[in-house]
Amino acid sequence: MLHDAWLIARKDLKLEIRSRVALNQVVPFALLVLVLFAFALDPDRGLLEKATPGLYWIAVLFSGLLAMQRSFAVEAADGVTDALRLSGLVPAGIYLGKTLSVAVQLLVLEMLLGVGVAVLYGTSITGWLLLLATIVVATAAISTAGTLFGVVAAGLRVRETLLPLLLLPVLAPVLIGATRAFEAALSGTPSEGWPWVGLMSVFAAVYVVAGIFGFGPLMEES
Amino acid sequence: MEPDHPTSRSGTEPVVHLRGAVALLGRFPALAGVDLDVDRRRIVLLRGANGAGKTTLLRALAGLVPISAGEAIVLGVDLRVDRQSVRHRVGLLAHGTGLYDELSVADNVRFWTLAAGAVLADAESAMIRLGLDGRLSDVSVGRLSTGQRRRTSLACLIARRPELWLLDEPHAGLDKEGRDVVDELVRDAAAAGATIILSSHELDRAIDLADEIVTLGGGVALDDSGAGGDGHVA
Repeated sequence: MLHDAWLIARKDLKLEIRSRVALNQVVPFALLVLVLFAFALDPDRGLLEKATPGLYWIAVLFSGLLAMQRSFAVEAADGVTDALRLSGLVPAGIYLGKTLSVAVQLLVLEMLLGVGVAVLYGTSITGWLLLLATIVVATAAISTAGTLFGVVAAGLRVRETLLPLLLLPVLAPVLIGATRAFEAALSGTPSEGWPWVGLMSVFAAVYVVAGIFGFGPLMEES
Repeated sequence: MEPDHPTSRSGTEPVVHLRGAVALLGRFPALAGVDLDVDRRRIVLLRGANGAGKTTLLRALAGLVPISAGEAIVLGVDLRVDRQSVRHRVGLLAHGTGLYDELSVADNVRFWTLAAGAVLADAESAMIRLGLDGRLSDVSVGRLSTGQRRRTSLACLIARRPELWLLDEPHAGLDKEGRDVVDELVRDAAAAGATIILSSHELDRAIDLADEIVTLGGGVALDDSGAGGDGHVA
Protein backbone atom coordinates (compact mmCIF):
# COMPACT_ATOMS: atom_id res chain seq x y z
CA MET A 1 0.00 0.00 0.00
CA LEU A 2 2.78 2.44 0.86
CA HIS A 3 4.61 1.57 -2.37
CA ASP A 4 1.45 2.37 -4.33
CA ALA A 5 0.96 5.60 -2.37
CA TRP A 6 4.50 6.68 -3.17
CA LEU A 7 4.02 5.88 -6.89
CA ILE A 8 0.82 7.94 -7.07
CA ALA A 9 2.20 10.87 -5.07
CA ARG A 10 5.35 11.01 -7.17
CA LYS A 11 3.33 10.85 -10.39
CA ASP A 12 0.90 13.57 -9.26
CA LEU A 13 3.68 15.89 -8.15
CA LYS A 14 5.56 15.31 -11.39
CA LEU A 15 2.34 16.14 -13.28
CA GLU A 16 2.05 19.40 -11.36
CA ILE A 17 5.68 20.32 -11.91
CA ARG A 18 5.40 19.68 -15.65
CA SER A 19 1.98 21.32 -16.14
CA ARG A 20 2.69 24.25 -13.76
CA VAL A 21 -1.04 24.64 -13.12
CA ALA A 22 -0.43 25.14 -9.40
CA LEU A 23 2.30 27.69 -10.05
CA ASN A 24 0.51 29.60 -12.80
CA GLN A 25 -3.07 29.48 -11.51
CA VAL A 26 -3.47 28.35 -7.91
CA VAL A 27 -0.73 30.49 -6.33
CA PRO A 28 -1.75 33.71 -8.14
CA PHE A 29 -5.38 33.02 -7.20
CA ALA A 30 -4.43 32.57 -3.54
CA LEU A 31 -2.40 35.77 -3.47
CA LEU A 32 -5.21 37.62 -5.24
CA VAL A 33 -7.65 36.53 -2.53
CA LEU A 34 -5.28 37.95 0.11
CA VAL A 35 -4.95 41.22 -1.79
CA LEU A 36 -8.73 41.54 -2.18
CA PHE A 37 -9.24 40.96 1.55
CA ALA A 38 -6.65 43.67 2.19
CA PHE A 39 -8.48 46.08 -0.12
CA ALA A 40 -11.81 45.31 1.52
CA LEU A 41 -10.61 45.73 5.10
CA ASP A 42 -7.75 48.17 4.68
CA PRO A 43 -9.65 51.24 5.97
CA ASP A 44 -9.79 49.53 9.35
CA ARG A 45 -6.26 48.24 9.92
CA GLY A 46 -7.20 46.87 13.33
CA LEU A 47 -9.96 44.71 11.87
CA LEU A 48 -7.61 43.36 9.21
CA GLU A 49 -5.07 42.40 11.85
CA LYS A 50 -7.75 40.76 13.97
CA ALA A 51 -9.18 38.84 11.02
CA THR A 52 -5.82 37.72 9.60
CA PRO A 53 -5.96 34.09 10.85
CA GLY A 54 -9.44 33.54 9.42
CA LEU A 55 -8.62 35.25 6.13
CA TYR A 56 -5.46 33.17 5.81
CA TRP A 57 -7.30 29.88 6.23
CA ILE A 58 -10.17 30.92 3.95
CA ALA A 59 -7.58 31.71 1.27
CA VAL A 60 -5.99 28.29 1.88
CA LEU A 61 -9.35 26.51 1.59
CA PHE A 62 -10.42 28.27 -1.60
CA SER A 63 -7.05 27.76 -3.25
CA GLY A 64 -6.82 24.19 -1.97
CA LEU A 65 -10.12 23.41 -3.67
CA LEU A 66 -8.49 24.19 -7.00
CA ALA A 67 -5.63 21.81 -6.22
CA MET A 68 -8.04 19.05 -5.18
CA GLN A 69 -10.19 19.45 -8.27
CA ARG A 70 -7.08 19.33 -10.39
CA SER A 71 -5.95 16.17 -8.62
CA PHE A 72 -9.01 14.28 -9.87
CA ALA A 73 -9.43 16.08 -13.19
CA VAL A 74 -6.18 14.51 -14.42
CA GLU A 75 -7.56 11.05 -13.62
CA ALA A 76 -10.83 11.66 -15.46
CA ALA A 77 -9.16 12.33 -18.81
CA ASP A 78 -9.05 9.88 -21.71
CA GLY A 79 -9.58 6.53 -20.05
CA VAL A 80 -7.18 7.07 -17.16
CA THR A 81 -9.78 6.10 -14.56
CA ASP A 82 -10.19 2.70 -16.21
CA ALA A 83 -6.42 2.34 -16.47
CA LEU A 84 -6.14 3.03 -12.74
CA ARG A 85 -8.80 0.40 -11.97
CA LEU A 86 -6.90 -2.13 -14.09
CA SER A 87 -3.49 -1.16 -12.78
CA GLY A 88 -3.38 -3.41 -9.78
CA LEU A 89 -2.74 -0.44 -7.49
CA VAL A 90 -4.43 -0.82 -4.10
CA PRO A 91 -7.25 1.77 -3.75
CA ALA A 92 -6.04 2.68 -0.25
CA GLY A 93 -2.61 3.33 -1.75
CA ILE A 94 -4.13 5.56 -4.42
CA TYR A 95 -6.00 7.46 -1.71
CA LEU A 96 -2.91 7.96 0.44
CA GLY A 97 -0.81 8.95 -2.56
CA LYS A 98 -3.28 11.55 -3.75
CA THR A 99 -3.65 12.83 -0.19
CA LEU A 100 0.12 13.17 0.13
CA SER A 101 0.39 14.98 -3.18
CA VAL A 102 -2.39 17.43 -2.28
CA ALA A 103 -0.82 17.96 1.16
CA VAL A 104 2.58 18.82 -0.33
CA GLN A 105 0.96 21.32 -2.70
CA LEU A 106 -1.02 22.84 0.17
CA LEU A 107 2.10 23.16 2.33
CA VAL A 108 3.91 25.07 -0.42
CA LEU A 109 0.83 27.25 -0.90
CA GLU A 110 0.55 27.90 2.84
CA MET A 111 4.18 28.98 3.05
CA LEU A 112 3.68 31.47 0.21
CA LEU A 113 0.45 32.72 1.77
CA GLY A 114 2.25 33.11 5.10
CA VAL A 115 4.78 35.39 3.42
CA GLY A 116 1.90 37.21 1.72
CA VAL A 117 0.11 37.77 5.04
CA ALA A 118 3.28 39.04 6.69
CA VAL A 119 3.95 41.47 3.85
CA LEU A 120 0.42 42.63 2.97
CA TYR A 121 -1.18 42.63 6.42
CA GLY A 122 1.93 43.54 8.40
CA THR A 123 1.39 40.58 10.71
CA SER A 124 4.22 39.89 13.13
CA ILE A 125 4.72 36.16 13.45
CA THR A 126 4.90 34.71 16.96
CA GLY A 127 4.26 31.28 18.48
CA TRP A 128 6.17 29.42 15.77
CA LEU A 129 5.75 25.95 17.25
CA LEU A 130 1.97 26.22 17.45
CA LEU A 131 1.79 27.83 14.01
CA LEU A 132 3.80 25.01 12.44
CA ALA A 133 1.82 22.30 14.25
CA THR A 134 -1.44 23.93 13.13
CA ILE A 135 -0.27 24.12 9.54
CA VAL A 136 0.79 20.46 9.49
CA VAL A 137 -2.35 19.12 11.16
CA ALA A 138 -4.80 21.38 9.31
CA THR A 139 -3.14 20.47 6.02
CA ALA A 140 -3.53 16.79 6.85
CA ALA A 141 -7.19 17.33 7.73
CA ILE A 142 -7.95 19.30 4.55
CA SER A 143 -6.15 16.90 2.25
CA THR A 144 -7.54 13.69 3.79
CA ALA A 145 -11.13 14.94 3.60
CA GLY A 146 -10.59 16.69 0.26
CA THR A 147 -9.25 13.56 -1.42
CA LEU A 148 -12.15 11.47 -0.17
CA PHE A 149 -14.76 13.96 -1.36
CA GLY A 150 -12.77 14.51 -4.54
CA VAL A 151 -13.35 10.92 -5.64
CA VAL A 152 -17.06 11.22 -4.79
CA ALA A 153 -17.39 14.12 -7.21
CA ALA A 154 -14.85 12.81 -9.75
CA GLY A 155 -17.19 10.87 -11.99
CA LEU A 156 -19.84 13.54 -12.22
CA ARG A 157 -20.16 16.18 -14.92
CA VAL A 158 -20.91 18.78 -12.24
CA ARG A 159 -17.77 17.95 -10.23
CA GLU A 160 -16.35 21.49 -10.42
CA THR A 161 -19.34 22.94 -8.60
CA LEU A 162 -20.22 19.89 -6.51
CA LEU A 163 -16.87 19.51 -4.75
CA PRO A 164 -16.96 22.93 -3.02
CA LEU A 165 -20.59 22.33 -2.04
CA LEU A 166 -19.70 18.99 -0.46
CA LEU A 167 -16.35 19.87 1.00
CA LEU A 168 -16.61 23.37 2.43
CA PRO A 169 -19.27 22.50 5.05
CA VAL A 170 -17.30 19.40 6.02
CA LEU A 171 -14.14 21.46 6.47
CA ALA A 172 -15.85 24.09 8.63
CA PRO A 173 -14.50 22.52 11.86
CA VAL A 174 -10.97 22.63 10.41
CA LEU A 175 -11.42 26.28 9.43
CA ILE A 176 -12.59 27.12 12.96
CA GLY A 177 -9.86 25.07 14.65
CA ALA A 178 -7.02 26.38 12.50
CA THR A 179 -8.22 29.97 12.89
CA ARG A 180 -8.49 29.68 16.68
CA ALA A 181 -5.07 28.03 16.93
CA PHE A 182 -3.50 30.78 14.78
CA GLU A 183 -5.20 33.46 16.89
CA ALA A 184 -3.78 31.88 20.03
CA ALA A 185 -0.29 31.67 18.53
CA LEU A 186 -0.30 35.25 17.24
CA SER A 187 -1.74 36.67 20.48
CA GLY A 188 0.93 34.98 22.59
CA THR A 189 -1.40 32.52 24.35
CA PRO A 190 -0.38 29.23 22.71
CA SER A 191 -1.91 27.07 25.44
CA GLU A 192 -5.35 28.05 24.13
CA GLY A 193 -4.42 26.80 20.66
CA TRP A 194 -3.25 23.26 21.34
CA PRO A 195 -6.73 21.79 22.04
CA TRP A 196 -7.74 22.93 18.55
CA VAL A 197 -4.71 21.17 17.10
CA GLY A 198 -5.83 18.03 18.93
CA LEU A 199 -9.34 18.36 17.50
CA MET A 200 -8.00 18.69 13.97
CA SER A 201 -5.76 15.66 14.52
CA VAL A 202 -8.81 13.57 15.38
CA PHE A 203 -10.58 14.93 12.28
CA ALA A 204 -7.62 13.97 10.07
CA ALA A 205 -7.36 10.52 11.65
CA VAL A 206 -11.07 9.84 11.08
CA TYR A 207 -10.78 10.80 7.41
CA VAL A 208 -7.62 8.75 6.88
CA VAL A 209 -9.43 5.66 8.14
CA ALA A 210 -12.56 6.51 6.11
CA GLY A 211 -10.42 7.06 3.02
CA ILE A 212 -8.44 3.84 3.37
CA PHE A 213 -11.62 1.78 3.58
CA GLY A 214 -13.97 3.90 1.48
CA PHE A 215 -11.87 5.06 -1.43
CA GLY A 216 -12.05 1.74 -3.32
CA PRO A 217 -15.85 1.46 -3.44
CA LEU A 218 -16.14 5.16 -4.23
CA MET A 219 -13.62 4.84 -7.07
CA GLU A 220 -15.70 1.98 -8.50
CA GLU A 221 -18.73 4.27 -8.63
CA SER A 222 -16.89 7.29 -10.04
CA MET B 1 -16.37 -18.88 -3.75
CA GLU B 2 -14.52 -21.09 -6.21
CA PRO B 3 -16.26 -21.30 -9.58
CA ASP B 4 -17.07 -24.63 -11.20
CA HIS B 5 -14.26 -25.00 -13.67
CA PRO B 6 -15.53 -25.55 -17.21
CA THR B 7 -13.46 -27.33 -19.80
CA SER B 8 -13.04 -26.31 -23.39
CA ARG B 9 -12.75 -28.23 -26.65
CA SER B 10 -9.08 -28.76 -25.90
CA GLY B 11 -9.95 -30.30 -22.56
CA THR B 12 -8.24 -27.54 -20.60
CA GLU B 13 -9.79 -24.78 -18.55
CA PRO B 14 -10.67 -21.94 -20.92
CA VAL B 15 -9.29 -18.48 -20.27
CA VAL B 16 -12.74 -17.04 -20.97
CA HIS B 17 -15.98 -18.88 -20.30
CA LEU B 18 -19.26 -17.05 -20.79
CA ARG B 19 -22.72 -18.60 -20.77
CA GLY B 20 -25.74 -16.38 -21.20
CA ALA B 21 -23.73 -13.42 -19.94
CA VAL B 22 -25.79 -10.27 -19.57
CA ALA B 23 -24.37 -6.80 -18.97
CA LEU B 24 -26.53 -3.74 -18.55
CA LEU B 25 -25.56 -0.19 -19.39
CA GLY B 26 -28.23 1.60 -17.41
CA ARG B 27 -31.29 -0.42 -18.33
CA PHE B 28 -30.04 -1.31 -21.81
CA PRO B 29 -28.72 -4.87 -22.17
CA ALA B 30 -25.48 -4.17 -24.06
CA LEU B 31 -24.73 -7.88 -23.69
CA ALA B 32 -27.94 -9.88 -23.90
CA GLY B 33 -26.77 -13.43 -23.22
CA VAL B 34 -23.33 -14.00 -24.71
CA ASP B 35 -21.87 -17.51 -24.95
CA LEU B 36 -18.13 -17.66 -25.50
CA ASP B 37 -15.21 -19.96 -24.73
CA VAL B 38 -11.65 -18.92 -25.47
CA ASP B 39 -8.67 -21.20 -24.90
CA ARG B 40 -5.19 -20.15 -23.86
CA ARG B 41 -2.89 -18.84 -26.63
CA ARG B 42 -5.80 -18.22 -28.98
CA ILE B 43 -6.31 -15.02 -30.96
CA VAL B 44 -10.01 -14.26 -31.23
CA LEU B 45 -11.49 -11.58 -33.44
CA LEU B 46 -14.74 -9.95 -32.37
CA ARG B 47 -16.59 -8.47 -35.27
CA GLY B 48 -19.94 -6.82 -35.61
CA ALA B 49 -21.62 -3.58 -36.46
CA ASN B 50 -21.32 -0.50 -34.29
CA GLY B 51 -23.33 -1.06 -31.13
CA ALA B 52 -23.15 -4.83 -31.41
CA GLY B 53 -21.56 -5.06 -27.97
CA LYS B 54 -17.86 -5.53 -28.80
CA THR B 55 -16.55 -2.80 -26.55
CA THR B 56 -18.89 -3.74 -23.71
CA LEU B 57 -17.79 -7.37 -23.99
CA LEU B 58 -14.12 -6.41 -23.80
CA ARG B 59 -14.78 -4.13 -20.81
CA ALA B 60 -16.83 -6.83 -19.11
CA LEU B 61 -14.01 -9.34 -19.58
CA ALA B 62 -11.65 -6.81 -18.00
CA GLY B 63 -13.92 -6.62 -14.96
CA LEU B 64 -14.94 -3.04 -15.65
CA VAL B 65 -18.60 -3.72 -16.51
CA PRO B 66 -20.63 -5.89 -14.13
CA ILE B 67 -22.19 -9.10 -15.38
CA SER B 68 -25.75 -9.09 -14.10
CA ALA B 69 -26.85 -12.56 -15.22
CA GLY B 70 -25.38 -15.77 -16.64
CA GLU B 71 -21.93 -17.26 -16.13
CA ALA B 72 -18.71 -15.30 -16.59
CA ILE B 73 -15.37 -16.83 -15.66
CA VAL B 74 -12.15 -15.15 -16.78
CA LEU B 75 -8.73 -16.57 -15.91
CA GLY B 76 -10.45 -18.76 -13.34
CA VAL B 77 -12.14 -15.83 -11.61
CA ASP B 78 -15.93 -15.71 -11.40
CA LEU B 79 -16.72 -12.16 -12.45
CA ARG B 80 -20.16 -12.29 -10.84
CA VAL B 81 -18.46 -12.78 -7.47
CA ASP B 82 -15.27 -10.76 -7.84
CA ARG B 83 -14.50 -8.34 -10.66
CA GLN B 84 -11.44 -6.77 -9.05
CA SER B 85 -8.99 -9.62 -8.77
CA VAL B 86 -8.89 -10.34 -12.51
CA ARG B 87 -8.07 -6.77 -13.47
CA HIS B 88 -4.33 -6.72 -12.92
CA ARG B 89 -4.01 -9.89 -15.03
CA VAL B 90 -5.61 -8.40 -18.14
CA GLY B 91 -4.41 -5.65 -20.45
CA LEU B 92 -7.07 -3.50 -22.07
CA LEU B 93 -6.32 -1.28 -25.02
CA ALA B 94 -9.42 0.88 -25.08
CA HIS B 95 -10.60 3.85 -27.11
CA GLY B 96 -9.18 6.20 -24.47
CA THR B 97 -5.42 6.22 -24.28
CA GLY B 98 -5.22 5.83 -20.51
CA LEU B 99 -2.27 8.24 -20.55
CA TYR B 100 -1.46 11.48 -18.75
CA ASP B 101 -1.07 14.20 -21.36
CA GLU B 102 1.35 16.31 -19.32
CA LEU B 103 3.73 13.45 -18.59
CA SER B 104 6.31 12.29 -21.09
CA VAL B 105 6.07 9.00 -22.95
CA ALA B 106 8.75 7.49 -20.70
CA ASP B 107 7.08 8.74 -17.52
CA ASN B 108 3.75 7.25 -18.58
CA VAL B 109 5.17 3.87 -19.54
CA ARG B 110 7.30 3.68 -16.39
CA PHE B 111 4.40 4.68 -14.13
CA TRP B 112 1.97 2.09 -15.51
CA THR B 113 4.69 -0.56 -15.54
CA LEU B 114 5.58 -0.01 -11.88
CA ALA B 115 1.88 0.21 -11.00
CA ALA B 116 1.43 -3.28 -12.43
CA GLY B 117 4.27 -4.60 -10.30
CA ALA B 118 6.65 -5.03 -13.25
CA VAL B 119 10.18 -3.62 -13.32
CA LEU B 120 11.64 -0.64 -15.17
CA ALA B 121 13.52 -2.93 -17.56
CA ASP B 122 10.10 -4.07 -18.85
CA ALA B 123 9.16 -0.45 -19.53
CA GLU B 124 12.39 0.22 -21.40
CA SER B 125 12.10 -2.88 -23.57
CA ALA B 126 8.43 -2.08 -24.31
CA MET B 127 9.38 1.40 -25.48
CA ILE B 128 12.13 0.01 -27.69
CA ARG B 129 9.70 -2.54 -29.13
CA LEU B 130 7.20 0.19 -30.02
CA GLY B 131 9.84 2.58 -31.37
CA LEU B 132 9.34 5.04 -28.52
CA ASP B 133 12.90 5.14 -27.28
CA GLY B 134 15.24 8.00 -28.09
CA ARG B 135 13.83 11.40 -28.98
CA LEU B 136 10.17 10.50 -28.46
CA SER B 137 10.59 9.21 -24.94
CA ASP B 138 10.90 12.69 -23.43
CA VAL B 139 8.02 14.25 -25.37
CA SER B 140 4.78 14.99 -23.50
CA VAL B 141 1.98 12.66 -24.55
CA GLY B 142 -0.22 15.68 -25.24
CA ARG B 143 2.11 16.64 -28.08
CA LEU B 144 2.05 13.25 -29.79
CA SER B 145 0.10 12.25 -32.88
CA THR B 146 -2.80 9.83 -32.51
CA GLY B 147 -0.67 6.96 -33.77
CA GLN B 148 2.17 7.75 -31.37
CA ARG B 149 -0.28 7.84 -28.47
CA ARG B 150 -1.61 4.47 -29.55
CA ARG B 151 1.93 3.11 -29.57
CA THR B 152 2.47 4.52 -26.07
CA SER B 153 -0.70 2.84 -24.82
CA LEU B 154 0.47 -0.41 -26.35
CA ALA B 155 3.87 -0.04 -24.70
CA CYS B 156 2.12 0.38 -21.34
CA LEU B 157 0.10 -2.75 -22.05
CA ILE B 158 2.95 -5.04 -23.07
CA ALA B 159 5.16 -3.87 -20.19
CA ARG B 160 2.48 -5.19 -17.81
CA ARG B 161 2.83 -8.69 -19.33
CA PRO B 162 -0.90 -9.47 -19.11
CA GLU B 163 -2.23 -13.00 -19.45
CA LEU B 164 -5.27 -11.83 -21.39
CA TRP B 165 -5.01 -9.03 -23.97
CA LEU B 166 -8.22 -7.18 -24.76
CA LEU B 167 -7.68 -4.93 -27.75
CA ASP B 168 -10.42 -2.56 -28.86
CA GLU B 169 -9.63 -1.40 -32.39
CA PRO B 170 -5.87 -1.83 -31.96
CA HIS B 171 -5.14 -0.79 -35.55
CA ALA B 172 -7.07 2.47 -35.35
CA GLY B 173 -4.98 5.58 -35.90
CA LEU B 174 -1.84 3.67 -36.85
CA ASP B 175 0.09 3.79 -40.11
CA LYS B 176 0.99 0.59 -41.95
CA GLU B 177 4.22 0.17 -40.06
CA GLY B 178 2.38 0.60 -36.76
CA ARG B 179 -0.28 -1.90 -37.76
CA ASP B 180 2.41 -4.42 -38.66
CA VAL B 181 3.97 -3.89 -35.24
CA VAL B 182 0.60 -4.54 -33.57
CA ASP B 183 0.14 -7.78 -35.51
CA GLU B 184 3.65 -8.89 -34.62
CA LEU B 185 3.06 -8.10 -30.94
CA VAL B 186 -0.17 -10.06 -30.92
CA ARG B 187 1.39 -13.11 -32.56
CA ASP B 188 4.39 -13.01 -30.22
CA ALA B 189 2.15 -12.65 -27.18
CA ALA B 190 0.07 -15.65 -28.21
CA ALA B 191 3.24 -17.67 -28.84
CA ALA B 192 4.45 -16.71 -25.37
CA GLY B 193 1.24 -18.05 -23.79
CA ALA B 194 -1.08 -15.06 -23.67
CA THR B 195 -4.63 -15.05 -24.98
CA ILE B 196 -5.82 -12.22 -27.20
CA ILE B 197 -9.32 -11.00 -27.91
CA LEU B 198 -9.54 -8.08 -30.28
CA SER B 199 -12.18 -6.13 -32.08
CA SER B 200 -11.40 -4.47 -35.36
CA HIS B 201 -13.10 -2.94 -38.34
CA GLU B 202 -9.95 -3.70 -40.36
CA LEU B 203 -11.29 -7.12 -41.18
CA ASP B 204 -8.77 -8.13 -43.87
CA ARG B 205 -5.88 -7.62 -41.52
CA ALA B 206 -7.66 -8.92 -38.41
CA ILE B 207 -8.95 -12.10 -40.06
CA ASP B 208 -5.39 -12.97 -41.09
CA LEU B 209 -4.34 -12.50 -37.49
CA ALA B 210 -7.15 -14.42 -35.81
CA ASP B 211 -7.44 -18.11 -34.95
CA GLU B 212 -11.16 -17.72 -34.34
CA ILE B 213 -13.85 -15.23 -35.29
CA VAL B 214 -16.84 -14.36 -33.18
CA THR B 215 -19.59 -12.23 -34.64
CA LEU B 216 -21.61 -10.14 -32.24
CA GLY B 217 -25.02 -8.74 -33.05
CA GLY B 218 -27.59 -7.24 -30.72
CA GLY B 219 -25.50 -8.09 -27.68
CA VAL B 220 -25.25 -11.82 -28.41
CA ALA B 221 -22.68 -14.03 -30.14
CA LEU B 222 -24.03 -15.21 -33.48
CA ASP B 223 -23.56 -18.58 -35.12
CA ASP B 224 -19.81 -18.55 -35.67
CA SER B 225 -19.04 -17.96 -31.97
CA GLY B 226 -16.35 -19.85 -30.11
CA ALA B 227 -18.90 -21.33 -27.71
CA GLY B 228 -18.99 -24.75 -29.21
CA GLY B 229 -19.66 -23.26 -32.61
CA ASP B 230 -17.23 -23.42 -35.49
CA GLY B 231 -15.48 -20.13 -35.21
CA HIS B 232 -12.14 -21.46 -36.34
CA VAL B 233 -10.46 -19.75 -39.21
CA ALA B 234 -9.21 -22.08 -41.86
